[in-house]
Amino acid sequence: MTKSAAPPLAIETRQATKIYGSGNTEVVAMLDASMQVRQGEVIALLGPSGSGKSTFLTAVGLINPPTSGQILIGGRLVLDGPTAHGNLRTFRRRHIGFIFQKSNLIPFLTALENVQIALQLNGETPRAARRRSLELMDYLGVSDRADNLPSALSGGQQQRVAIARALANRPSVLLADEPTAALDSERGRQVMELFAQVAHEQSAGVIVVTHDHRSLDIFDAIYEMEDGKMQRQLQNSQAATDTR
Amino acid sequence: MNLAIKDIRHNVGRFALTTVGVGMLLMVVMGMGGIYRGIIEDATLLIDRVGADLWIVQRDTRGPFAEISRVPPNLVHRALAVPGVQSAREFVYHTVQRERDGKPLRIAILGLSWPTDKGEWIPLTAGRPLAQSHFEMIADKTLGLALGEKITLGKETYTVVGTTSSMISSSGDGLGFFSVADALAIQFDVPGEAVRLERAARETRGQRRELSAKLPSLLENVVKPAAELPQIARPQVSAVMVTVAPGASSQQVTNIISAWGDVSVFSRTGQRELLLKGTVEKVKRQIGLFRVLLTLIAAVIMALILYTMTLDKIHSIALLKLIGAPNTTILGLILQQALILGTMGYGVAYVLGRQVFPNFPRRVILTDGDLLQLAAIVLAISIGSSLLGIWKALKVSPNEALS
Repeated sequence: MTKSAAPPLAIETRQATKIYGSGNTEVVAMLDASMQVRQGEVIALLGPSGSGKSTFLTAVGLINPPTSGQILIGGRLVLDGPTAHGNLRTFRRRHIGFIFQKSNLIPFLTALENVQIALQLNGETPRAARRRSLELMDYLGVSDRADNLPSALSGGQQQRVAIARALANRPSVLLADEPTAALDSERGRQVMELFAQVAHEQSAGVIVVTHDHRSLDIFDAIYEMEDGKMQRQLQNSQAATDTR
Repeated sequence: MNLAIKDIRHNVGRFALTTVGVGMLLMVVMGMGGIYRGIIEDATLLIDRVGADLWIVQRDTRGPFAEISRVPPNLVHRALAVPGVQSAREFVYHTVQRERDGKPLRIAILGLSWPTDKGEWIPLTAGRPLAQSHFEMIADKTLGLALGEKITLGKETYTVVGTTSSMISSSGDGLGFFSVADALAIQFDVPGEAVRLERAARETRGQRRELSAKLPSLLENVVKPAAELPQIARPQVSAVMVTVAPGASSQQVTNIISAWGDVSVFSRTGQRELLLKGTVEKVKRQIGLFRVLLTLIAAVIMALILYTMTLDKIHSIALLKLIGAPNTTILGLILQQALILGTMGYGVAYVLGRQVFPNFPRRVILTDGDLLQLAAIVLAISIGSSLLGIWKALKVSPNEALS
């Protein structure tokens, strides 16, 4: 029996370190953080507040480049320390979807436009962008609020619109920072399952920072950060046992 | 998707108020330009409308619009004798201030050389030109005198037989057109007591001289009205206006009159330039500087407004960067808002100005050239003032969307 080859890497970090300040004010936010996420994998990143999870996520998201170490997306070296290889913003637009704890919608755009803009920035025609946006919103159960401004939506609805925006361009990397914090447990689980589905259908690598241990069974791998270090790597079954 | 318009629609009330504020500021800038044009127009109006080719004024003076000029009225006949002169008219011009209905009434009095000039060239809004040599006047509407209304100036009462508009002196007073004789009577009017005192003084002076003892009739004459005394000259006029005959050389006529020792002569252009470079110059410069200052203030205020507007949506801008919006999208957002603000502000300024400026005490003239120039300035201000906001927006890190 032939063993099938492992899917290619969607995300790889190599000894990524982030240091803020210098001298007496130096703070090491992330130290030698290495991680590999294959296409179709959903990774949970756990850790206490201030452990460096968000720093790691923003480094992988090409928002906050590491002081040293490397970030590779789809096997391509994008950040070598603070040095960018290519236009990071274009890379983010084409390949990375973000979901935050707060919905982070643009307040002067309607729910539909908030999703549509991500597509139009990527070159989609307004009509195609609208169609795709409505499909996603329908899938996430918020299409009936398409014409509402974010201020007229509940926290959960805003978060689902933000998720729709993150998925709009079919990103190869999806980064979520506590995405279910504003959702009830049932909806939170649905979202996690959606991430898993997106990962499998789009061959995307997904990293989810979460404190919601009830959904850990969905993840393919679990990482934990503490004091800026990637402390351990647990297999899904082991994590489920540990958290019981 | 136009982000600039979406953002404006989201804060439409605030943006509208801001636009009105900017518009009113621009209206002041526009108004200053209009006042400047009005002053020039008012100052040169008489010179342009009265239609004289040459102005003969007192020697070494700069003419009646710049300073006091006195020439004898018989200069008209001397001028008429010059080859190439078609017509010559007396010009009397002075300003009086009287009390009317408890308010000061300033009239710039202009004498028309009756009977050759009855004021036919004056654009009348009602009534007719002068029809008799005395006691009639044509009034500019800013004087507030209605057709048929009577006004007492000096010892005589004058009836308004015609009204005109936009006939203003360089100092902003409405013009009143009288015959030269009436204009001089108003100018040199003295109280009866002063006349009696002068006659008594003449008699006293006569008695002191030996001649009056030899010719007693002289003493009889000194108490007669001044007009009846051949020794006393007629009141002098401000200038004499000359029209050069068609085909005649204006320069040749000027050369002849310039040779006379008692007068100076200016062409219409020369008189116009003297006026603009003299009395109007300082006002022109002051208004010009004030306009520049206001334009700078408008630019600073617009820059601050746009900067504040950018700060208000800095999180959205960071978010746009985070989801990969290129700098051109963000630059376009701010620049378009700046241009919309500038354009709408200009529109508000224009519409408001059209309503407000006619009620100003002095004329505000909006010329197409000035309006276009201001539009270009507003465009430049809009672009320039958006730079601060653009700088802030381009500086913001996508990280700020996460905070």
